[in-house]
Amino acid sequence: MRREPPQKLTDYGPLFFPAGMLIVFFVVPFATMIAVSFFRRDPSGFYTPDFVFDNYARFLSLFFGKVLGFSLFLAVMVAICCVVLAVPFTYLLSRAKRRTQVLWLVALLSILSLSEVIIGFAWSTLFSRTAGITNLLVMLGVMEQAVALNPSFSAVLTAMVYQALPYTVLVLYPALVRLDPTLTEAARTLGASPIKSFFTVVVPALRNTIVATLIMVFIFALGSYLLPQILGRPQHWTLSVLITDQAIYQSNMPFAAAMAVFLVLVTLGLVALTVYAGRKGEAA
Amino acid sequence: MRDILKTNVSRRAVLGAGVAGASLLAMPAVLRAQDKSLKVGVYGGYFKDSFDKNIFADFTKETGIAVESVAEPTGEAWLVQLEQAAKAGQAPADVSMMSQVAMLKGQTTELWAPLDTAKIPNATNLIDHFVNKYPDGRVAGIGAVAWYITLVTNTDVFKEAPTSWNALWDPANADKLGLLALVSNSFLLEVTAKTHFGGTNALDTEEGLLKAFEKLAEVKPNVRLWYRDEAQFEQSLKSGEIPMGQYYHDVTGLAAADGQPVRSTFPKEGGIMDSGCWALSRASEKVEEAHTFINYMSQPKIQAILSRKVGTAPTVKRDLIDLTAEEFAAVSSDIEPIIPRYDLYTTKADWLNQKWTEMIAG
Repeated sequence: MRREPPQKLTDYGPLFFPAGMLIVFFVVPFATMIAVSFFRRDPSGFYTPDFVFDNYARFLSLFFGKVLGFSLFLAVMVAICCVVLAVPFTYLLSRAKRRTQVLWLVALLSILSLSEVIIGFAWSTLFSRTAGITNLLVMLGVMEQAVALNPSFSAVLTAMVYQALPYTVLVLYPALVRLDPTLTEAARTLGASPIKSFFTVVVPALRNTIVATLIMVFIFALGSYLLPQILGRPQHWTLSVLITDQAIYQSNMPFAAAMAVFLVLVTLGLVALTVYAGRKGEAA
Repeated sequence: MRDILKTNVSRRAVLGAGVAGASLLAMPAVLRAQDKSLKVGVYGGYFKDSFDKNIFADFTKETGIAVESVAEPTGEAWLVQLEQAAKAGQAPADVSMMSQVAMLKGQTTELWAPLDTAKIPNATNLIDHFVNKYPDGRVAGIGAVAWYITLVTNTDVFKEAPTSWNALWDPANADKLGLLALVSNSFLLEVTAKTHFGGTNALDTEEGLLKAFEKLAEVKPNVRLWYRDEAQFEQSLKSGEIPMGQYYHDVTGLAAADGQPVRSTFPKEGGIMDSGCWALSRASEKVEEAHTFINYMSQPKIQAILSRKVGTAPTVKRDLIDLTAEEFAAVSSDIEPIIPRYDLYTTKADWLNQKWTEMIAG
């Protein structure tokens, strides 16, 4: 098949539908949000159209800086944990028998059918003192007495990794299946151990896929607001939790919008930086 | 089952059934349009279902005014919707049940049509603070229902019921408490002021508020969970995972009646009494019907039905109502309640929210 650049306006036809959807469901709402973030807040309830920077000024404080910092840190941790777990797992999976692969993928897909609420409550039960997994450890004689493992940072992290892992595997899976097995075979015939060939051949060959997956999980984790609330202490609440508080409970739409815009900008900035760094690394 | 699946239903039959169904659904609206009617907004879910079943049907029977109940969201989303609609001359509901903070916020934009108490003779039955007034004395709303937030404990962990809110500060209760996560729904500043500074008047000044924040910060090491979602705390309270905290008196009572090891205690400083008002949108044209409705709802016998069936505390005076001591205790108490300082949540809303978030998350 020969590829030609579109010649006439109608050649762009197939693009109109997705472009329209993108405008209606992304550009317009996002523009509205940006506009509202500059509106004036009326403390007694509503807001009036205006152009003020108060909402951004309020956000630029040490307190919100720390919350933003924590949110980014948490999302990065989730992304790293997911990729560290998912790359070797998916690699082994792609080398496994067809039947095993299907079973694992079905199991992973079924996790996606669980809502965040169910995941949160299930983990909070598993981490509880009265009914949690530490009771099993006590029965096995490993621990003296049952303890509560939540609320804590590790509880939040565990649940978020659990939630994001299926996506990570599903994104990595096609790339790993398509990976040419002769590459590793060549490495093995030249005397590399399986572990060495994994790290020196498979991982570098998948570099771009891994970076893309990291970014995807990072953004996915950044929006999480339920799990930090259910499994964390207030210092583990993400910026998304505070945005929800402002929008729903304080009806302070301008401030909530300003925080959301800020979060989007920081995210885009970080993603751009990663992509840029990746390009440079490739050129070197 | 097979046979049913195999039955051939023609497209025409499906269309026909659809049209018939739609017209059947439209029928009540057609009939109702000829009669007197009123749209009433109540919190969706359990509240709306209880009102539909226990109250509205009898009201229509007695007055001939049909009620169309509208499920309204909790929080302030409904206030915003009413306000936007009123600007366009529309009323998504004529009468709505509104929180006290929403009442005050609506007052600033004159959203509530002033009520004529001459047409609501039963308003005299109400406890005074349940009549919501504009600063110039016009009546903006009439108390609809009230409920208490009290000190709750797990009976397996706490053999003795606590007697004072001071239990929240007790170092022995480290990491044992579940408290509401927002300044505007936990009312813990009021509790602090009543318990340690002699009353909620201590919150009049900014220094007073800061002192209350400072005192309240001392409970932080005791708090295991700051909850927004009620189910989260209720479950932990029942299992003893989080054996103490603040929670709704009526729901705790129902759980205890179910045999759960929980109890609700009115501390000697009083339970926190929150309430909702009936308010009439200024865009409504059903002023007469609205007054009839609010008058009907303010009768002691209706308030008694609400206490028995919905579990709310009566807004009318105790001596007018025929609840037995046991029924009354299930929803209320004679101990003077802590009444939230709703005014603060309109005038100082953002400042309080900021200080509060910094306090619990800092």
